[in-house]
Amino acid sequence: MELFILGCVIPVVLGLGVLPIRRAQTALWVATLGVWLGCACAAIPVVSVLTGHDLPLRQMAWNMPGGALSFGLDGLSAFFCLPILLVAPLAALYGCAYLAHEKKRLGPVLFFYNVLTASMLLLLVARNGLLFLIVWELMAVSSFFLVVFDDEKPHVRQAGWTYLVATHIGTAALLVLFAILGQQAGSLDFEALAKAGLSPALASVLFVLAVIGFGTKAGFMPLHVWLPEAHPAAPSHVSALMSGVMIKTGIYGLLRLLTLLGNPAPAWGWTLVVIGLVSGILGVAFALAQHDLKRLLAYHSVENIGIITLGIGAGLLGLTWQQPVLIVLGLGGGILHVLNHAIFKSLLFLGAGAVVHSTGTRDIDRLGGLIKSMRWTAVTFVVASAAISGLPPFNGFVSEFLIYFAGFSGARADAPQTVVLAIGIAAGLALIGGLAAACFAKAFGIVFLGEPRSAQAAGAREVGPAMRWPMAALALACLGIGLLAPAAVQTVLPAVRVVGHVPVTATQEATVLPTGGIAKPGLAMAATDSDEPSPRPAALTMPPTEPTTLAVRSLAAIVRVSAGLLVLAVGLFVIRRHLPRGSEEVATGTWDCGYARPTARMQYTASSFAQPLTDLFRLVLGTRKHGGVPEGFFPPPATFETHTPDTAREHLFAPLLRLIDRSLAPLRRVQRGRIHEYLLYIAIVLVLLLIWKAGGRS
Amino acid sequence: MTVISVLLILSCLLLLGSSRLHVAIRVVAAQGLLLGVLPIVRSAENLHVAILILGLSTIVSKGILLPWLMNTCLRLSGIRREIEPFVGFGPSLLCGTALLGLAVWIAVRLQLPQVPLILLTSSFFAILVGLFLMVTRRKAITQSLAYLVMENGVYGVGISMSLDFPFLVELGILLDVFVGVFLMGNLLFHLDREFEHLDADKLTELSDLSEPAPAGEERV
Amino acid sequence: MKIMPWALPLAAWILAPLMLGIINRVKAFFAGRRGPSVWQLYYDLFKLLRKASVYSRSTSPVIRVGPAVVLACMILATLLLPWGGLAAPTTFTGDIILLAYLLGLARFATVLAALDTGSSFEGMGASREVQFAALAEPSFFLGMLVLVLHFGFSGLSNMVAGISLETWQTSGVLLILVACSWFVLLLAENCRIPVDDPNTHLELTMIHEVMVLDYGGPDLAYVLYAASLKMWIFAALVVNLLVPMRSLAPWLQAPVFLAGIVLVMVLVGIVESIVARLRLQQVPKILIGSALLSLIALIVRLVG
Repeated sequence: MELFILGCVIPVVLGLGVLPIRRAQTALWVATLGVWLGCACAAIPVVSVLTGHDLPLRQMAWNMPGGALSFGLDGLSAFFCLPILLVAPLAALYGCAYLAHEKKRLGPVLFFYNVLTASMLLLLVARNGLLFLIVWELMAVSSFFLVVFDDEKPHVRQAGWTYLVATHIGTAALLVLFAILGQQAGSLDFEALAKAGLSPALASVLFVLAVIGFGTKAGFMPLHVWLPEAHPAAPSHVSALMSGVMIKTGIYGLLRLLTLLGNPAPAWGWTLVVIGLVSGILGVAFALAQHDLKRLLAYHSVENIGIITLGIGAGLLGLTWQQPVLIVLGLGGGILHVLNHAIFKSLLFLGAGAVVHSTGTRDIDRLGGLIKSMRWTAVTFVVASAAISGLPPFNGFVSEFLIYFAGFSGARADAPQTVVLAIGIAAGLALIGGLAAACFAKAFGIVFLGEPRSAQAAGAREVGPAMRWPMAALALACLGIGLLAPAAVQTVLPAVRVVGHVPVTATQEATVLPTGGIAKPGLAMAATDSDEPSPRPAALTMPPTEPTTLAVRSLAAIVRVSAGLLVLAVGLFVIRRHLPRGSEEVATGTWDCGYARPTARMQYTASSFAQPLTDLFRLVLGTRKHGGVPEGFFPPPATFETHTPDTAREHLFAPLLRLIDRSLAPLRRVQRGRIHEYLLYIAIVLVLLLIWKAGGRS
Repeated sequence: MTVISVLLILSCLLLLGSSRLHVAIRVVAAQGLLLGVLPIVRSAENLHVAILILGLSTIVSKGILLPWLMNTCLRLSGIRREIEPFVGFGPSLLCGTALLGLAVWIAVRLQLPQVPLILLTSSFFAILVGLFLMVTRRKAITQSLAYLVMENGVYGVGISMSLDFPFLVELGILLDVFVGVFLMGNLLFHLDREFEHLDADKLTELSDLSEPAPAGEERV
Repeated sequence: MKIMPWALPLAAWILAPLMLGIINRVKAFFAGRRGPSVWQLYYDLFKLLRKASVYSRSTSPVIRVGPAVVLACMILATLLLPWGGLAAPTTFTGDIILLAYLLGLARFATVLAALDTGSSFEGMGASREVQFAALAEPSFFLGMLVLVLHFGFSGLSNMVAGISLETWQTSGVLLILVACSWFVLLLAENCRIPVDDPNTHLELTMIHEVMVLDYGGPDLAYVLYAASLKMWIFAALVVNLLVPMRSLAPWLQAPVFLAGIVLVMVLVGIVESIVARLRLQQVPKILIGSALLSLIALIVRLVG
């Protein structure tokens, strides 16, 4: 535990040390060193917890109001540490190159990056409500300063402002939440809170507060409004850290709180399932309508948070229905998706950063053909695109498979509610997956393939090694988790155990199962576990109580198929080159149906690519079209553009905030800008408090 | 019976998704035939004359007579053969999915013993779809069609509860429908002469109120 | 390793191109022509494999890798298909999810390769392909859920092995509904009329065929072969639902299965000959309709 705390302290100390350094290069490397060292220290206890060792709760000598200053690292915390430990150092390294040519002083941004990393780590081990809130706030504030790095641009200031307001609405909900919880338990220590013995009604109220508070950070629809503003505004490596990792602290908070609230009511699970489906489907629908690469990615975070929430919701319903398969695989899939999303989303943001860095634009419709100049970035980006679309053999498929598996094996014909859940999972995830694939076909296809659509895109150059290597490492992680799926599931189980309260059976058997076949040639996939179809209905032959074993066995088979896929694809490619005339190539123009002078601007654009799908969702998207078709024989130049504002922002929050603004207007009279008046208010309040306290005494 | 119920649900979905008037009329006619077969299938073991008559009369009235009337209306009035929806066909289908869920929920929650749930579900679905079509389709003729669909649903609910009950109710409702169709036919011609269009929506132009009333609800 | 399970993928690999030939013959019959030989696709494939290839100067390695990935996906997907009492070479609980996602990966590769050419025609095809696929996937998964509810969640081989004559007596409606739903998907996913027209790539029908405009030589051979395998995969799924294999004698199963596939192909040919192609805006409607068929099957299973 001390090692972990040390891991949190090092980045902050070195970050502080950076502040006075004037030379940009030195500052960058010192700060990055801090992140690397800190994460290395923290990694040791995390790994030991994930491999099955327990760390005792550590209580510091100091007390805080409402309990002791205590830290603990259990399976849940340890698993959520993984994304931070993986992404933060790589993104920091990337940042070294990304920020190297900035004219500004880099001290603050480096310092706040390190503080953000440390506060996220600390948040995961905080075991006291007040400490949790303080660290939470520290994280929010440090990320705010990172978002407004380019504060000379008005839209960045606007984004920072949106983020600040949103995150504080969330914090307000959490404040109330912990106040009520602490009052019930008499202490703010998590240990005490867990024994608070809440009434079901109160627990439900707290759950709603938690969904609002943590959901704002995580980006549940419709609380997501800050994400599409803040992520594009921040520097790309910061977006990677925020979108890949920081929003997951919201999920962590929700899960941690669920361990404190006692048995979940069925309505909680359904709430999360519905939130998950809505966030998932609408998140990807909004993403489809975007032209700004980073904004698109931000909406995809909403989508993936939806998938995670769907899994967790299924797990909660499993808890209420006493269905181990839903608990283990629903929660497991959801939590594993946290790690997976952290990897591919940060990779995508880093890739987007590389594109912005070398072309200077984020507008997808101005890019194109980058694969020829930026080969590394393109390859890693396509890996991440496939992974986020949930395609095998990458990691996104593994977690989505677990959630599907949970839904399917939880479905029982005699219990309609399980079928409703299964319909939600099957149809919802399939739709989300299909739309995500469409969206990333667009993102990758328009940005990297075809011909450059503008001079900036034509002049793009590959980024330097400090930016390439982190991307390559993350891409390898995508493939690695995909191919080591059974092991990945084992890593999640400790976290599931913390939330699920149930003993996870049969993991031992699962671990001895061969995960191999990776080294085997593809077509030699043995039919080892192909049971002959039994004469009885299959449902009877399947023991329902050993979900992990079954899922792990399936994943092992999937790994074999995935490996086979890789080998086969390579094999077919090689065969194709060795056909009699296979390596002969003639270069020509793209077939243009006889049109003589095609230009790059005649290519399909991102907007036109997504148009059929955005039309399907036009009711929610509210896409606005400007301009129109040219008319007449000699038409003047015509323009056409579409613009999709955030529906929740425009139609929910804007009116709501206007209403609040108007109803609170009379209060402005109190605020006149004279310091003496303010002092008078303070004095009056003080006196009143004193009188009230004294009066109460007698 | 399951097959009939499924076909009933499918026919309702087809109504939600189809854009052609004569297709819609044919589908409603098919519904009538299905509902006519239904009592006969339901009491296949102790079939007696009353039930046979019920079934056959249903087939004749709902499957043949009313559709024929509608077709005649359609031909005589010479209106365009397209359904003009307020809600597009794709969204209509999605709403239909929601209504289907609602129908299942209602059917399960009623907890009627001895009643085939699937039939109850499909009948409720027909009622809901009828209501939906009435609200969301522009033309007067589609509204009477929708009314017929709803009526089919009521009949289905009746059949699923008991075999004798529908006879009385049925007579009353059928009378309603006949009156409705005749009234509508009359109205159609007059409207046609006066306004050269047949949008029930535009009946609001007859109103004295300065602000047009919300469209497409009051009249059948 | 058991030999027998491999008979099925082997049959698929060898016979799949023949099936497209059958469809074309049926269509020719309806059009009053003699039509090409049923072996035509084999001749085409051999011819193409012996050719050199032409690539656009706009392209990158993506278009060169694409066909290999697509074909690899299809070949592996055939390994997951059972017939009747004979299990697939690879079967495990949830294999059908993998099957769906392998098809998804193949589609992703096709779409990216299409965008690689920078042609607006291929962009248009890609755009439509992803739209219809996004709508088709929920439908496929809902059909899967019906099977899972009825036969328990296990491998596809295990589930279809549960289908027998008794199943047909008790819950034939379910199977028919799902089979209809998947047949619609078969038409949509294999670019058949009424969704797409496999013979043309006019703007109005540009979906799949237009995406492969720029291929030639061995790449085109890969793509065509993969398309025939995809057709086989969907047909095999439908046949597995419709034919109660387990009630047949083991030696009869293979011939009946193959006859079933041929019948499905004939059906496709008939549908293509007598149905008009839908307007593009109508396609989402029939895909939603196909999902609704499976949903109705679920309702029947729950309350029926």
